[in-house]
Amino acid sequence: MSSDFFIPDPEGLIPSAEGYFGSFGGTFIPEALVAAVDEVAVAYAKAKADPAFAAELNALMVDYTGRPSALTEVPRFAEHAGGARVFLKREDLNHTGSHKINNVLGQALLTKRMGKTRVIAETGAGQHGVATATACALFGLECTIYMGEIDTERQALNVARMRILGAEVIAVKSGSRTLKDAINEAFRDWVANVDRTHYLFGTVAGPHPFPAMVRDFHRVIGVEARRQLLERTGRLPDAAVACVGGGSNAIGLFHAFIPDAGVRLVGCEPAGHGVETGEHAATLTAGEPGILHGSRSYVLQDDEGQITEPYSISAGLDYPGIGPEHAYLKDTGRGEYRAVTDDAAMRALRLLSRTEGIIPAIESAHALAGALEVGQELGEEGLILVNLSGRGDKDMDTAARYFGLYDIDGEVAADAEGEPQS
Amino acid sequence: MTTGTHTGTIGLLGETFARARSEDRAALIVYLPGGFPTVDAGIEAIKAAVAGGADIIEVGLPHSDPVLDGPVIQTADDIALRGGVRIADIMRTVREAYEATGAPILVMTYWNPVDRYGVERFTAELAAAGGAGCILPDLPVQESALWREHAEKHGLATVFVVAPSSKDERLATITAAGSGFVYASSLMGVTGTRESVGEQAQDLVGRTRATTDLPVCVGIGVSTAEHARQVAGFADGVIVGSAFVKRMLDAPDERAGLTAVRELAGELAEGVRKR
Repeated sequence: MSSDFFIPDPEGLIPSAEGYFGSFGGTFIPEALVAAVDEVAVAYAKAKADPAFAAELNALMVDYTGRPSALTEVPRFAEHAGGARVFLKREDLNHTGSHKINNVLGQALLTKRMGKTRVIAETGAGQHGVATATACALFGLECTIYMGEIDTERQALNVARMRILGAEVIAVKSGSRTLKDAINEAFRDWVANVDRTHYLFGTVAGPHPFPAMVRDFHRVIGVEARRQLLERTGRLPDAAVACVGGGSNAIGLFHAFIPDAGVRLVGCEPAGHGVETGEHAATLTAGEPGILHGSRSYVLQDDEGQITEPYSISAGLDYPGIGPEHAYLKDTGRGEYRAVTDDAAMRALRLLSRTEGIIPAIESAHALAGALEVGQELGEEGLILVNLSGRGDKDMDTAARYFGLYDIDGEVAADAEGEPQS
Repeated sequence: MTTGTHTGTIGLLGETFARARSEDRAALIVYLPGGFPTVDAGIEAIKAAVAGGADIIEVGLPHSDPVLDGPVIQTADDIALRGGVRIADIMRTVREAYEATGAPILVMTYWNPVDRYGVERFTAELAAAGGAGCILPDLPVQESALWREHAEKHGLATVFVVAPSSKDERLATITAAGSGFVYASSLMGVTGTRESVGEQAQDLVGRTRATTDLPVCVGIGVSTAEHARQVAGFADGVIVGSAFVKRMLDAPDERAGLTAVRELAGELAEGVRKR
């Protein structure tokens, strides 16, 4: 079983040697980072071929992360999904509370192999930052996390977690003060400190080899879920559904199903207040091909290539780019991407909490809302697999404000049945 | 003010470096963000820099996500973008600066604005404005074939950045593909003023020279006349940007900003002559 946990892309064809998925991907980085990115690519290629690396990572995934993660059927939730059966892949039960730990442990091991002593990372919701701070504590690495100032406010709990774990958290005040700007600042740090520093990139975007490497570390999600679902139901799902910010949990779920032509791969992007309002982060739905953070993919931008400021209630999805492999899946038609509003995601968050006793992250709630729609499309014969990529503890302040759950001025709050107060 | 259509002025770069060499000095290259503080004031700043002694100008096309720029140039870019600067404004800046000064004018920007605008359209318009070439710090040589094809067609230089981390073999690949001059980063880091010029700069210039006859110029972290003097001792050109922007940001008004630009250019021009 342990051999399931780390399986690099078996075909080895995608991406190309230059890091292209069709016309997406590549390496658009300052010359000062070329040697460092090459070093990562070489180190990863060696690690992939080394059984000792897989053994070490697999042992961590079992003993530290708690893999394999559970697959939970949610029948009371599914009553709202057109009668389709719905299964959740419980990445929320991993150590640190999300899928992010899968990639972080892989890259932390790689950091040690490269002989680097310092790790930097960006974070949006804080889940990648917490996972990175965790791995750095485990391996004795120095850790600096860049986080947009707005995100440090809406995810204050995760800031505290990172600091407890010994990481330095830097609030980024430039640009839109969210994930995109945290990445810019992390790149600036990397250029200046590349000798001893690894940039532990948190999603399947960035320059080659990050999109392929981060995907490989997350493939375990889909590999496990595919086997678990076959054991439980005797068949493959009609749809695999995941939320998409940068795209790491989605590619992790999708990848094992790409050869299964009958399985729809459904990515749920954040529509924010609605794509038509312009206040969203639905990159594949509303973006155009362009270059952001080291690779060519879809990007939210204006007609002269300035990146536009995204919006989502979910800090983890509030990003104007998307991993290049998702752009490739979209353009080839293998993947389908739809946009889910803040309101639909928050309703799904509440629904899962009340029907199944599972509070999802707001990010993952976008996938749940998408699954409700897909269930209506499939009807009673449908079988849906949803990646529950993270748990909702970190989002309770946002949710309490959204639903008006705080007692204010002696007034006892409503019970979240009413309409949102925002 | 605007006159006819020009062609790319890559040839002016060669002439400028030859003149500096004949005067036994390094060339002074000044970076100024286009559209900062306004489009017209930005053009005046270029004229002031040339009047003070700048030989070559790099006009920044502001980008929302300038990953190789430090806080000073980020601030200027933000001001320019909030002011609504467009690529057409940058083309006008190049044209008016070239027509007013006769100096080689390059554009420095990131790849996405060029890619989005269209490489052919961008290079054709830059050449027609009298531009000399482009520096695209996030377009490494292995991704640059399309750009170079169009730049060459329109008589524009492709100036690549090399870094202390660039290995010798890679330096050879980069300089073989580049034209105009080579931009050697004095240190590992983003743009901004520093206390001193990195020791790595001289080593990098030497390793780069071993691969090419192109002039090798040093930038990033070069900000004072003393830095200029040091760098002029081993390089063909001295590139200064953030120090100018900082003086403009600190100036109480536009007129004082222009005076400051002219003065700093004058100090640096003396520096490059004292090697």
